[in-house]
Amino acid sequence: MEVIIHTKNDIVYITIQGSVDSKTAGDLQARIMEKLADLNKIIMDFSSVDFLSSAGLRVLLMLYRQLNANGGKVLLVGVSDEICDIMSMTGFINFFELYNTIEEAENHFN
Amino acid sequence: MAELDTRIDFYPTNEHQGLKYRRGRVLPFGATLVPNGVNFSIFSSAATSCTLVLFKKNAAVPFAEIPLPDEFRVGNVYAIIVFGLDYENIEYGYKMDGPYDPKNGYRFNKNIILSDPYAKAIGGRDVWRDVANLDRLYPFRSRLVFDDFDWEEDNPLETPMEDLIIYEIHVRGFTAHQSSGVRHRGTFAAIREKIPYLRDLGINGIELMPIYEFDEYEHSRENPETAELLVNYWGYSTLDFFAPKAGYAATGKYGMAVDELKTLIKELHRNGIEVILDVVFNHTAEGDHRGPTISFKGVDNKTYYMLTPDGYYFNFSGTGNTLNCNHPVVRSMVLDCLRYWASEYHIDGFRFDLASILGRAQDGSPLNNPPLLESLAHDPILAKCKLIAEAWDAGGLYQVGEFPAYGRWAEWNGKYRDAVRKFLKGDRNTVGQLSQCMQGSPEMYLQRGTTAGINFITCHDGFTLYDLFAYNSKHNEANGENNQDGNNENYSWNCGCEGETDDAEVNFLRHRQIKNALAILMLSQGVPMILMGDEMGRTQYGNNNTYCHDNELNWLNWELIEKNADIFAFARYIINFRNQHPILRNKEHYRNSDYKNSGYADITYHGTKAWYADWSEINTVFAFMLDGNHAKNGFVKDDTIYVAINMYWDALNFELPQLSKNRKWHVAINTAMPHPETFYHNNNEPVLNNQNNFIVGARSVIVLIGK
Repeated sequence: MEVIIHTKNDIVYITIQGSVDSKTAGDLQARIMEKLADLNKIIMDFSSVDFLSSAGLRVLLMLYRQLNANGGKVLLVGVSDEICDIMSMTGFINFFELYNTIEEAENHFN
Repeated sequence: MAELDTRIDFYPTNEHQGLKYRRGRVLPFGATLVPNGVNFSIFSSAATSCTLVLFKKNAAVPFAEIPLPDEFRVGNVYAIIVFGLDYENIEYGYKMDGPYDPKNGYRFNKNIILSDPYAKAIGGRDVWRDVANLDRLYPFRSRLVFDDFDWEEDNPLETPMEDLIIYEIHVRGFTAHQSSGVRHRGTFAAIREKIPYLRDLGINGIELMPIYEFDEYEHSRENPETAELLVNYWGYSTLDFFAPKAGYAATGKYGMAVDELKTLIKELHRNGIEVILDVVFNHTAEGDHRGPTISFKGVDNKTYYMLTPDGYYFNFSGTGNTLNCNHPVVRSMVLDCLRYWASEYHIDGFRFDLASILGRAQDGSPLNNPPLLESLAHDPILAKCKLIAEAWDAGGLYQVGEFPAYGRWAEWNGKYRDAVRKFLKGDRNTVGQLSQCMQGSPEMYLQRGTTAGINFITCHDGFTLYDLFAYNSKHNEANGENNQDGNNENYSWNCGCEGETDDAEVNFLRHRQIKNALAILMLSQGVPMILMGDEMGRTQYGNNNTYCHDNELNWLNWELIEKNADIFAFARYIINFRNQHPILRNKEHYRNSDYKNSGYADITYHGTKAWYADWSEINTVFAFMLDGNHAKNGFVKDDTIYVAINMYWDALNFELPQLSKNRKWHVAINTAMPHPETFYHNNNEPVLNNQNNFIVGARSVIVLIGK
């Protein structure tokens, strides 16, 4: 798994490549938490994520909870149909807003 | 977190094959995620050593085996914490050494890798009927699960028992047919897609046939006629009591069955539908002395199974072995298991398969005061759960009406099923029994109230409702047992022709009888249960024991909603009729008195003559009137309801009881009429022209509303 994080106009952009599972979930969580101290708008780009395991879904949910408590939001972009289906069947999808493109997600924040 | 990290038990003390570990915690049993690692704990009363075996998911051979040092044992419990495991991608098991002395109940074999009796998930059958890999090393592997599901505000619904209408579902059969139109057929996720249907039907509880992990390939064989594979489709053969069947989850292949099932339950609850599990604690999938060693047999044979004095297996379940339910350790396991499902999965109730076994002592004799049943009834965590017994077993114990209830237990009312069936086919000497049934069987449940009985005419075991009126006898040839299997006492009547027919008259009668049966069920006090598909006339072509068929014999064909539109419309109507009329859902029995001073007793009995019920042997009609002032035992006001049932072969004139104070009889139901004049919706019921008499058609039910 590769993670690139950058910040622009108060929005944290997280781009992930590869699989998020129990091996990588802890690392992903730690890296995101670092950035959360003073920012609460997040856009996560999933277009290059091929698999999201139970542990991966839980990182997302923790992020949601954390942001929700601070009045923030996480928007997911480019989630594949398969991952979307898994998120739907396991109930995780109810916590997130999904967008097709980064621009659409940015428009939501703006 | 930093503060917690200073705890010394967060760090290993030992190392073996590159794995770091330390002494574990003996409770809870099973494998539990702890900071930095996984705690494994397992009990065996007679093992002399215990080795933890770890696999990477689906790997052919283990990547590590850790013999537990004797100092890791407390009493008879071995516990170890292993650090740095990739917990999503491992499978674990145990090797246990100890005596091999079957005559004295010991069957240890240190070469067999055993599944954990407390495993929360099992690998090996992740996808329904995927390749059977029984020849691989350790076919059914214990796995870890997350137990941090986000339930938000959800809790079990605690619907009053008397308001419950149960719908019995086989997870796969409900949506496996292509006509179901769902995305992932035969899964938990698919049931979720069908929630609008369930709501519309009007039921408020589903009872899932076994969803504990089982092996669909157990005892699989070819159908001699068609060469089709016959499998363990129903699943009454548990591999592990804590693990949901992964193959029932569309996400089972990703190891997410737990989340998928919990999501289904949460969504059902949001829609006011309870979830009851059909649980099979009477035996396991390990069979008798010839069966495989998967878990219990190798972990602690003598504790988990009822054994004969010479070390063979008692077979009160009819399937090879009998779980030793009143051994204190097994009792605890059953309790732990139910608590786990009630708290972790928010399950609303349990139906216990062959529950009479749970009341047998370790030597097999029936106990007067079975400790397991008592423990379950008084358990703090299960306090609001519905506990429902199948109050008999395959060893000859039949306890319908006298199952040890402790003020809690309800029973599948097998006597209701038989009595209603006999009445419907016009048998003699059945009116008194029918009256009992429709009152909630006070003869049996006088002290326990109406909700002690789960009323049903059909269930997974036996004919479907359609087949009850299409077949005189069972047709189980496709099961490959020369039609020797399945019950011979079906009390069914084919209405004049065995099996499918083009005869319009026969078909009209069959449809009418189905409606009559549904009406009787929904107009009875007690808790009604409907078999999946009966609302649309599902047939099994006369097969009354379809346990082994993974095909259209068992899969619900949703096109039947259109084919049998009249049956479906009526079923939906009569279920909602029950929901709309609180008078049909009393908790206490009728008192046969006018305790509200309304001028009418709560229930009065009639026949072709008003105020005169004929209980004689040759009679085949029954009528009764429920006074609306006595609804919910007098706490709620409802309409007055008059029901007349005529199972005579010809139409009969029924004299109607007179209503007081300008009230008039309105027709709600007349099953003699063709669809759509069989029923009228609330407030659209036409007034009867003749308020004194009603001609009730041959083999028909009428329901009148007095208002």
